[in-house]
Amino acid sequence: MIWFFLLSGLFLGWSLGANDAANIFGTAVGTRMIKFKRAAIVTTLFVIVGAVFSGSGATDTLTNLGAVNALAGSFTVALSAAITVTWMTKLELPVSTSQSIVGAIIGWNLFTGSSTNFSSLAEIVSSWVVGPFLAALFSFFLFKLSMKIIRNLKIHMLEQDIYNRWGLLLVGAFGAYSLGANNIANVMGVFVPAQPFKDIELWGALTFSGTQQLFLIGGIAVSIGVFTYSHKVMFTVGKTLFKLTPIAALVVVFSESMVLFLFASQALSDWLNNHGLPSLPLVPLSSSHAVIGGVIGIALAKRAQGINYRILKKIVLAWVATPIIGGILCFGLLFFVQNVFEQKVVDYSYSLLNSHRKTDIPPDNRFLTAP
Amino acid sequence: MPFLLKKIKELESEIDAYLDMVIKGGLLFKQSIKYFMSGEIEEFELRLDELDKIESDADILRRTIESKLYEQTLIPDSRGDVLGLLESTDKALNVTTETLHQFAVEIPHILPEVKHLYIELTDLSISALESMVAAVRSYFEDLNQVRDYINKVLFYESESDKIAEKIKRIVFRTDIELSKKIHMRYFALHIENIADEAEDVCDRLAIAAIKRHV
Repeated sequence: MIWFFLLSGLFLGWSLGANDAANIFGTAVGTRMIKFKRAAIVTTLFVIVGAVFSGSGATDTLTNLGAVNALAGSFTVALSAAITVTWMTKLELPVSTSQSIVGAIIGWNLFTGSSTNFSSLAEIVSSWVVGPFLAALFSFFLFKLSMKIIRNLKIHMLEQDIYNRWGLLLVGAFGAYSLGANNIANVMGVFVPAQPFKDIELWGALTFSGTQQLFLIGGIAVSIGVFTYSHKVMFTVGKTLFKLTPIAALVVVFSESMVLFLFASQALSDWLNNHGLPSLPLVPLSSSHAVIGGVIGIALAKRAQGINYRILKKIVLAWVATPIIGGILCFGLLFFVQNVFEQKVVDYSYSLLNSHRKTDIPPDNRFLTAP
Repeated sequence: MPFLLKKIKELESEIDAYLDMVIKGGLLFKQSIKYFMSGEIEEFELRLDELDKIESDADILRRTIESKLYEQTLIPDSRGDVLGLLESTDKALNVTTETLHQFAVEIPHILPEVKHLYIELTDLSISALESMVAAVRSYFEDLNQVRDYINKVLFYESESDKIAEKIKRIVFRTDIELSKKIHMRYFALHIENIADEAEDVCDRLAIAAIKRHV
């Protein structure tokens, strides 16, 4: 039964892989700088590594927002998010998995009468604004810096092409890692409080926790999405959505990856806190929104005119609509799952005892910790 | 990566060698016209043979470069521009060779009072060609320089127009047969065409450079 309930999360993971891999390798593959097969292998590897090793930070924030503690509830929340994503994509609105899952969790909270942690919600919503803004800031300065370097170094166009390819591959690997770390929460986060997997001891020295096993499964679903469907999306993104020069593409993907990483890395957050510096909340962000921020940063750096405000309006509209639709849909579906299919969508005894339970993965390098 | 870089360096050298051929072709043209004007036809013919060889070698090298750019899927976003540039540069070299052939075949009668103007016109047209090659080289390595070289080409082209017009004015005010006048105008026009071709390459180059900046 667990595998059936996980199906909605796996579907969400598949759609994340199919759509969001294009935000990392879209330009590189679309412009044939990197072959699709190579891009897909790198994405797969690093998404899984990011998910398993650093996926817990953003997941904790989602769990704090609403600990969906019964498998049927988790199934419905993930299914609502997946339907929202598919529907909005059909309407050609830029959609974020993060926003739909947050909306769906709030829908679950409202349906089950669980309290919504408003400080977590404020953290999440503010990050959705700060994330793209930070991406724009990064890409603005990085683009200026890289142009200055290129002009001064006077590298031959053909050599630059080779360095670009390697840069795109490296930055793509970092992007895939960050995507796995940041977005696995969207795919598998709602299953964490209710997941039934037992910890596995490896060679008597390492622990592969239940949550990590869950994230591995989610990572594999994302990878299947990358291999089966992202090819088409990458060509669309690379050729139509944002036709950038390879340098600009490199900067945009790096900025996007940095933002996803900053909002996902527990180790970085701990390091900043230990040094008395302000840290960013660990929140699942939309890689598409981060890319849009990055592209706007490039446009500003080049003093480009003509930002299309109609498209910007569409993005803002989708920004607001996605969580609301996700929430309403989840509320309705929960009613059906509970009353028509007679499934338990909430475990009240669990939620009383574990309302602020954190995921069972210790901070970074948790894969290497002793049991 | 080192293997790939080695291959790229080879291709860079081939592009440089190709552009060197265009420069050498221009210099040979300049030299040949001087010999023609001074009546040293044997020297002129020797230079023409040499130019023919360079033109055919340049054609082969250009095709090699173009197929390597495609086979190794290099510079996918600028490949079309680079191929266009190499082809239009080749056209400029072709016009240079053709013009010299026309001198050899038609042996125009040039009035002694305009011979120095023909040499001056040749110098200006070949200067335009040389600056065009420098602009193309800069496109590959230093985009900031492209604009300076394009301005030089435009200057030489407009100066060559002026000299060509001066030749025509002098020729058509002289009391000789109309056929000879038309013949001399025709050759002034041909030499001037070399600068025009260089200008066409630069028009293409200006757009390609903007595209690389964006």
